Amino acid sequence: MSFHVVAQVSDIPVGQRKLVEVKGREVVIFNHEGEFFAVLNRCPHQGGRLCDGLLTVAITSNEPGHYEYIPERQVIRCPWHAWEFDIRTGKSWCEPDRVKVRTYKTEVLPGTKLVRGEYTAEIFPVKTENDYILIDA
Amino acid sequence: MTDAPAKPIENDGVIDCDIHPAIRSFEDLKPYLSKHWWDYYSTYGLRSRQGFVKGTPYPKIAPSAMRRDAWPETGLPGSDLKLMQTQHLDAHNIQLGVLNPLNPSGGDLNVDFSAALCSATNDWLLETFTRKEKRLKASIMVAYEDGASAAAEIHRRAPEKDFVQVLLLSRTSEPLGKRRYWPIFEAASQHNLPVAVHVFGYSGHPATNSGHPSFYLEEGAAHPAGIQASIASLIFEGAFERYPNFRLLVIEAGFAWLPAFSWRLDKLWNRMRGEVPHVKRPPSEYIKERIWITTQPMEESPRPHQVVEIMDYIGWDRLMFASDYPHWDFDDPKFGLPPSLGAEQRAMVRYRNAQALYGL
Repeated sequence: MSFHVVAQVSDIPVGQRKLVEVKGREVVIFNHEGEFFAVLNRCPHQGGRLCDGLLTVAITSNEPGHYEYIPERQVIRCPWHAWEFDIRTGKSWCEPDRVKVRTYKTEVLPGTKLVRGEYTAEIFPVKTENDYILIDA
Repeated sequence: MTDAPAKPIENDGVIDCDIHPAIRSFEDLKPYLSKHWWDYYSTYGLRSRQGFVKGTPYPKIAPSAMRRDAWPETGLPGSDLKLMQTQHLDAHNIQLGVLNPLNPSGGDLNVDFSAALCSATNDWLLETFTRKEKRLKASIMVAYEDGASAAAEIHRRAPEKDFVQVLLLSRTSEPLGKRRYWPIFEAASQHNLPVAVHVFGYSGHPATNSGHPSFYLEEGAAHPAGIQASIASLIFEGAFERYPNFRLLVIEAGFAWLPAFSWRLDKLWNRMRGEVPHVKRPPSEYIKERIWITTQPMEESPRPHQVVEIMDYIGWDRLMFASDYPHWDFDDPKFGLPPSLGAEQRAMVRYRNAQALYGL
């Protein structure tokens, strides 16, 4: 595993997403309330592109007529068959232990650290004045 | 059936028995409607058999029940031939696809207007799709609640080779075997065209026999029961007996329920043949001989081999691949079928059975 610089923080405003390529794989990065989450852009069920899906929040209920959202459970809903995956863990909502989408650890670092440090940016030149998103792939 | 040799499907291609084209708006049909019917539409609009002027009784999980990635720049998914070609035909190696329009359907309450809309849709299918893209074939749309006009449309369209079947929607206003529908079966069999029944449509009746369920997913769950009632009606009313060349294709109802349903019908018929003396053979024989069924939406069992056993019982020569593009419950031909199928079984389901049924 190694960290890859994939985007500038300013590329993905809050609530937005960006599709990037790392080691030949498409990965979609979500900015949820300032935190970045990265998942493989391929639904494990039949291969739908998750970047085209709806990012929503998991919903639960303890009895008919009652429902509540679970705000910490942000799920990406596949644009095809509506399988939902927790963007933090990659676990599917309906079969969490059997069907998962690969997730990637993300990190945000200032350009100063990247230019002087051990990281190489293979996608674009890194500038010291910007902040960058890295993913571990 | 024709005796012409089937064209080879190359490089593991597919025949897709269910693709949904869409009109961008009713303006698309204007060139094919008489002034009278266009004025009628502009003044009075549609008369659906359900109570909602805009939309349907059960809002869907995705807008218009479409894949979220299938929307063209403008208009509905399925209305843009270019996108259909790149996103579906090219991407999935679909070497032949059958178009089944759902809107407008043949179910408008004004049957004369419905017949005009169906005829316009048939012209539109040829002009917009099949004449521009050789990989696409189409279904003949008919005002299926009116046997006479439906039969007339079948006779008129059958010579056009781009039409490969007649299309009805499953929720008819009476059980499908009733004699009001026989002219459709008669005309279709005269021209060697299968009759395809695709789930949905609006009958004016609730989606279940206990009334209106609460949820969209219950509407989906009710389709197999609706199709079962249609098949029972066709068998026991004697429609298969009456028209020996009448072949039925069931689309988008799943298939895993079919064996148990056959056994049940046989049991009932064995006890009560006297009620239907015109039904000469066990119901399961009519099902085996006259009914073809599409794969989508594939049943997904926790024990996948059970699905394969059911396919085996139904018959490898009776199941046909369908994608349902561009709807949200689309099946990808690469991943939709059980991986354990043998090469021969895959070829039959992916294209050979469709070639045989359509005489392609």
